[in-house]
Amino acid sequence: MPEGRTGSQLDRNRNSLLVLAPRRIAGTALSLVLTFAGLTAVTFAIARVMPADPVLAIVGDRAHQDVYDAVYRELGLDQPIFVQYLRYLGQLFEGDLGVSIMTAQPVLHDLLRFFPATLELATVATLLGVLVGVPLGVLAAVRQGRWLDHLIRTVGLFGYSVPVFWLGMLALFVLYAKLGWVAGPGRIDIFFDGMVEPVTGLILVDSALAREWEIFRNALGHLVLPAGILGIHSLAYLARMTRHFMLEQLGQEYILAARVKGVPERTVIWRHAFRNVLVQLITIVGLTYASLLEGSVLTETVFAWPGIGQYITSSLFNNDMNAVLGGTIVVGVCFVGINMGSDLLYRLVDPRAR
Amino acid sequence: MSAVRAWLLVDVPRSRWQARCQRFFLAWLAFRQNAGAVAGLVIIAALVAVALLAPWIAGSTGVAPDLGNRLQPPGPVFWFGTDELGRDIFDRIVWGSRITLYIVGLVTLIVVPIGLAVGVVAGYVGGWLDSTLMRLTDVFLAFPRLILALAFVAALGPGLENAVLAIALTAWSPYARIARAEALTLRHSDFIVAARSQGIPHHRVLAGHVAPMCMSSVIVRLTLDMAGIILTAAGLGFLGLGAQPPTPEWGAMIALGRDYLLDQWWVPAFPGLAILVVSLGFNLLGDGLRDVLDPKSRS
Repeated sequence: MPEGRTGSQLDRNRNSLLVLAPRRIAGTALSLVLTFAGLTAVTFAIARVMPADPVLAIVGDRAHQDVYDAVYRELGLDQPIFVQYLRYLGQLFEGDLGVSIMTAQPVLHDLLRFFPATLELATVATLLGVLVGVPLGVLAAVRQGRWLDHLIRTVGLFGYSVPVFWLGMLALFVLYAKLGWVAGPGRIDIFFDGMVEPVTGLILVDSALAREWEIFRNALGHLVLPAGILGIHSLAYLARMTRHFMLEQLGQEYILAARVKGVPERTVIWRHAFRNVLVQLITIVGLTYASLLEGSVLTETVFAWPGIGQYITSSLFNNDMNAVLGGTIVVGVCFVGINMGSDLLYRLVDPRAR
Repeated sequence: MSAVRAWLLVDVPRSRWQARCQRFFLAWLAFRQNAGAVAGLVIIAALVAVALLAPWIAGSTGVAPDLGNRLQPPGPVFWFGTDELGRDIFDRIVWGSRITLYIVGLVTLIVVPIGLAVGVVAGYVGGWLDSTLMRLTDVFLAFPRLILALAFVAALGPGLENAVLAIALTAWSPYARIARAEALTLRHSDFIVAARSQGIPHHRVLAGHVAPMCMSSVIVRLTLDMAGIILTAAGLGFLGLGAQPPTPEWGAMIALGRDYLLDQWWVPAFPGLAILVVSLGFNLLGDGLRDVLDPKSRS
């Protein structure tokens, strides 16, 4: 409420934001670098402890010892492990994740092809979680202790106790096979496959851009069930956290003051309490979005969704280590990036966190 | 009975033993008020009982095929039906409870000591060691758990132990944070200073005085985490990366039942139900324990 403050106070706040923000950003950047170093160290260690001999994989087991030694040196395996790690980091920064055995393409190229499907799925799932979970949480807090609160809490408890892959299978069985309400596995009917020009790789966006509404509807029919199933977990978590934050706010004195003043209950809840909750929710939404990006592995398997999770698991069964580790790094970087980003946003938006 | 109750509720306990019993009894009285928590406790107790009594509850070993009884629907003989090899699904779920408990136990045995050790040392010693250890903890906290578990299993080979190891690798970091927070507040408290001035060495102060004080927070967190751990382990089993056939692991059973969903729904349905019930039990129990043991979060 700016009218309650003097101009000099506002100026001071703005100044402190300008002074403090770079330091916060530097701190976050340091954690980002450390976390990335840790992540790559782990993937590097996994690549090293693999029982397979990388040299044998290239030269075959009937190669002469000299050839073997030459390739051994060429791969840098005679160097100290720290040097090898730095070399590995250098390759990563050039976007070189190696070549996939399965598709014979550079791993990065494959990942870019599969990533939009996962992004689309996780984004829609998060949107569903936010649009349903947050209002439910507010409702539960307002009706604390009544049957509606108990109902919402029970549904939430169910939401984070259910094995998502199992629920997805049952939903596919009932809603697709028995009732025919939604489209089946995959991103789109085979008939429409490849009919829209991939601009962003997100079928919903691409078909909307091309004004192919039939394709848009078809893609939506395919997306709604996996996104809903994937979103259940985030819905439950968001509802729980929103309820918790709301109760915290509703117990504060400024709410009591507003009520005593005669402010309508709707305004008290949405304009006063919920506004303060909104800031706290940024971090939670970021967390769930990141965890859905990685958690989509199981949902993608159930719904034959051609995303990054399926790429990683199918590569895994083909012993395609470059693809597995490349996928791990890309998902890991997104995961870490989103978490840090939402943390940073929270600090910038909430004056109390500065 | 009333004599015991009076002994438990006396205002001034006479001995250390009585005080300790009293604390547990009062916690139990608070716990008993929470219907959900009691339901959770019943579920977990039932899980333990089923796992212990598996040879007597299950009619078969759950592993040997019986091709004459393939894919029988649920009925009076086979309560949950039979699978594609004629094995009784009820028996397999009963034996699978042992595997679930094994996962729970193994993760606990790895995660709690590591988390406690890192957190307690960081909080108690402080300084550069604290910041180094906490940076390390943050790195692990930021890792994507399922994907990293996938990569680990890829490197070590599929199997239950490897799956559990992969889960534990990323699961210890929250415990380090909790233990550090507790240790930080205890570091300068009078009883620690008293113990030190009696000449008790640092490592024994840590093990005997600081670490036990962290246990209630750790137990609450562990119970709440357990559902997620069970779901992740089942997910790895479902992908074929956890327990291998013919082990009756619930997630792997769902994966095998996938092909029969359309006509024999019971093959994948019941193992999933078992996972749901057990993780629900842990979540309910965890919520209840948190309300009893951690008064700060009581709403």
